[in-house]
Amino acid sequence: MSVLDAVALTCIKRDRTLFEGLSFSANAGELVYLRGPNGAGKTSLLRILTGLSAPCGGDVFFNQKNIKTAPSEFNAQLLYLGHKSGINGALSALDNLSFWMAQHGVNQPFETLLSVLATLGLVGLEDVPVRFLSAGQQRRVALSRLWLKKAQVWILDEPFTALDVGGIALLESAFKAHVSHGGIVIATSHQALSSHAGSHRTFDLEYQW
Amino acid sequence: MVVALYKGIFKRDMSIAFQQKAELMQPLMFLLMVVTLFPLGVSPSPDTLQRIGPGVIWIAAILSSLMAMERMFRDDFQDGAMEQYVLSGLPLPAISIVKVAGHWLVSFVPLLLLSPLLAVFLHLTIDMYIALMLTLLLGTPLLSLVGAIAVGLTVGLQKGGLLLALLLIPVFIPLLIFATSAVDSAALQLPYHPQLAIIAAMLLLAAASAPFAIAYSLKVSQN
Repeated sequence: MSVLDAVALTCIKRDRTLFEGLSFSANAGELVYLRGPNGAGKTSLLRILTGLSAPCGGDVFFNQKNIKTAPSEFNAQLLYLGHKSGINGALSALDNLSFWMAQHGVNQPFETLLSVLATLGLVGLEDVPVRFLSAGQQRRVALSRLWLKKAQVWILDEPFTALDVGGIALLESAFKAHVSHGGIVIATSHQALSSHAGSHRTFDLEYQW
Repeated sequence: MVVALYKGIFKRDMSIAFQQKAELMQPLMFLLMVVTLFPLGVSPSPDTLQRIGPGVIWIAAILSSLMAMERMFRDDFQDGAMEQYVLSGLPLPAISIVKVAGHWLVSFVPLLLLSPLLAVFLHLTIDMYIALMLTLLLGTPLLSLVGAIAVGLTVGLQKGGLLLALLLIPVFIPLLIFATSAVDSAALQLPYHPQLAIIAAMLLLAAASAPFAIAYSLKVSQN
């Protein structure tokens, strides 16, 4: 049974139809890999799926419930990381993540937080204001949320941006582990997934003129 | 929920504010300088200063608040923290009110603390100062609440700074009129409760309705 369903979505941006009547569903334990040229509407589609933007037509259902009318259940099971990482440069990695955990009602002990940062290779950088870290390290701070919040649905927009080879492999194996536990990953990227990520389904978005 | 709001939003805003002390000090320095210009530019005679004083302090407060207003949501919007707030499951009106309260604490409470100094600069009497303080106490939260709606609407635009001023200054005119009229009444030893009551009524109306308007404007800006 599908967990996340999008029915007849239409998105129009500045008089250009990005997609029309698009339907899409994701089952538990599925990695959906969204592809398409620049401007095809990948980010718009992801933002509609999270409920951040409203589609011009159509609806999104999580467990057969419309996310517009019952957002709280979906929000509790959703982890969205967009182009903008949601990390404040003036705060340290630890502060950024602990404030975020408080907002999202994530209860993890401090040790878990430290060990997640260690997994991501950020040992010794926990207390440094994030703006002093490199782009790839900032990305890693944002991605540590995947290890902290127990959410079923991961919606990730270009998660591999700025990551090095090791980081990409780490993230791909996290996808594989999440999917094997019945999670759903919906990700966009311009590079192909390697074998670390396990099996996946690709969904191509055409550029419409 | 209250704990999540306090730990996740309020403490976060306070930590960020104390990391960016320079940005907090600038509007305050601006206010101080604008007020200092009047004795130099208009006339240093106590009578004149006393007449224009309340208006000067209020106008300077409104102008300097416009400088700091954008801080309320700009960074959160640009770095994507706003997306995470919207998806956090916390009610957006509650988030808005916590953000507005945090903004008031860091931008207007220092102004209130500075106000005795300004009163001395402009030769205000004790009665006038008490009236001024009361109008500032009631009026500045109103500035924050109403300002937040406009910030929410303009945050998605690039260079919304001047637009924000154009949107907000007309809205603040009634507040300015009643606030300065209260201080004028105090100068003449007349009762000024009616003016205070009207400002308080405006504040209560804003407190009841602005959180929803702010939440809506933030939601629209996400689109």
